[in-house]
Amino acid sequence: MSPELISAYRPGSTLLHRIPAGPKLGLLAAYGVVTVVATGPWTAIGFLAFSLALVVWVRIPWRTAVRALRPLLLVVVLVTAFQVWQRGWPAAIHVVGDLLALFVAALVFTATTRIDALLDAIVRGLGPFRRVGVDPEKVALAFSLMIGAIPGVMTIARETRDAAKARGLERDPRALLVPMAIRTVAHAYDTGAALHARGIGDD
Amino acid sequence: MTSTTRKGRRAAVSTTDLALIATFAALIAVCAIMPAVNTGSGTPFTLQMFGIFLAGATLGATRGFLAVVLYLAVGTAGLPIFTQGAAGPATWAGVTGGYLLAFPLAALLVGLVAARVARSKPARFVVIVSVVAAIVTIAVVGTLGTLGMAWKLDVSLRVAWGYATPFFVYDIIKGVLAAVVAASVHRAFPQLTARR
Repeated sequence: MSPELISAYRPGSTLLHRIPAGPKLGLLAAYGVVTVVATGPWTAIGFLAFSLALVVWVRIPWRTAVRALRPLLLVVVLVTAFQVWQRGWPAAIHVVGDLLALFVAALVFTATTRIDALLDAIVRGLGPFRRVGVDPEKVALAFSLMIGAIPGVMTIARETRDAAKARGLERDPRALLVPMAIRTVAHAYDTGAALHARGIGDD
Repeated sequence: MTSTTRKGRRAAVSTTDLALIATFAALIAVCAIMPAVNTGSGTPFTLQMFGIFLAGATLGATRGFLAVVLYLAVGTAGLPIFTQGAAGPATWAGVTGGYLLAFPLAALLVGLVAARVARSKPARFVVIVSVVAAIVTIAVVGTLGTLGMAWKLDVSLRVAWGYATPFFVYDIIKGVLAAVVAASVHRAFPQLTARR
C-alpha cells in the first residue's frame, strides 16, 4: 500500500562517483547537447553503446536499469513503430537511440550521485543570486523540510483514505481529498510554529 | 540564521510561507507516488496534476510556484517522487520533460487567479478556478508537453498533440477537484489569502 522511497543511488568509488555533483550535471547536459547536434543512426548506436558501457562501469544491476526504463518502454515501442512506418529504420534508430542514450546516461548520473550532494550543489550555485534576494540558507532549509514532510503527509493521506473507506465513501473524491488537504495545511502551520519556537524565523 | 542576509527588510518568503511551500511540495510528491486510484479504464491515474493545481489554488502564485519548483528540484536530485517512482535528470531527458517544465507555470497561473478570486468573489471560486485550470491544462501543460514530445520523438506537432490530448480530460477533472478542495481549504484557513 505505501510506496517505498528508495533512492537509486549506489555507493561506489569509480571516477563518476567522485566527480562533484555540479560539474557532473554539467557533463550530462553537455552530453545531451552532443546527442542533439550529432545526427544519424550510427552515432545514435554509438551513444547508446557508450551509455550502456557507463552502466556496466558503475555496476548498476541490469534488473535495476530495466526497471528504471519501464516508464519509457511503451513510448519507445510506439515511436519506433511510428518512425519506421513514416521515415524508415535509420530515422527510427536515430530518434530512439538518442532518446535511450541520454535517458540511460541520466540514470547513471542518479546512480552515482547522492541526493544531498546535488541539493548542496544547488544551494552553493544559488550563492551569487543573494544580491537579487535569493537566500541559499532558506533554500537549504526548504529542501530538508520538504524531504522531512513526506512521511507525515503520506501518513495523512493514508489515514484520510482509511477514514473515507470506514464511512463507505472511498469512491467520493471530496471525502478523500478535502480532509487530506486541510490536515496537510494544518501540518504546515504546525511546522511553521515549530520553526518559530526554535528561533528560525524573521516574521 | 536566515535573517542575517536581509538587514531588517521583511523577507519575501516568511518562515510560515517556507513551511507551507515545503509541505505542499511533499503533498505533490505523495500525490504523484500514491497507488493509482482505480479509474477502471486502465490509464495510469495519479494525483500529481491535482497536487500541482492544489498548490497554486491554495497558496497563490508565488508560494504555489515555489512549491512545484521545490518538488521538481528534489525529484531531479534523485528522490523517486515523480510518477511511477521515477527520479533524477532522466525524467527530464525522457519524453515528458515538457510537462515538468509546464508544472510550475501551471501552479503560477492558477495561483494568480485563485488568490484574487478567494478574496474578491469567494462564492464563485470553484467555477472560476476550474475554468482557469482547464485553460491552463490545454494552453500551457498541453502545449509545452506537446513541444517536448515533438522535439524528443522527432514527430510533427500535430502527431505529438494527438499523443497529448487523451490526458486533457483527466487533467481537467483534476483541476476541478483541486478547485473544490481549495475552496474548502480557504474556508478552513482564511489566513492563507490574508495580505501581509
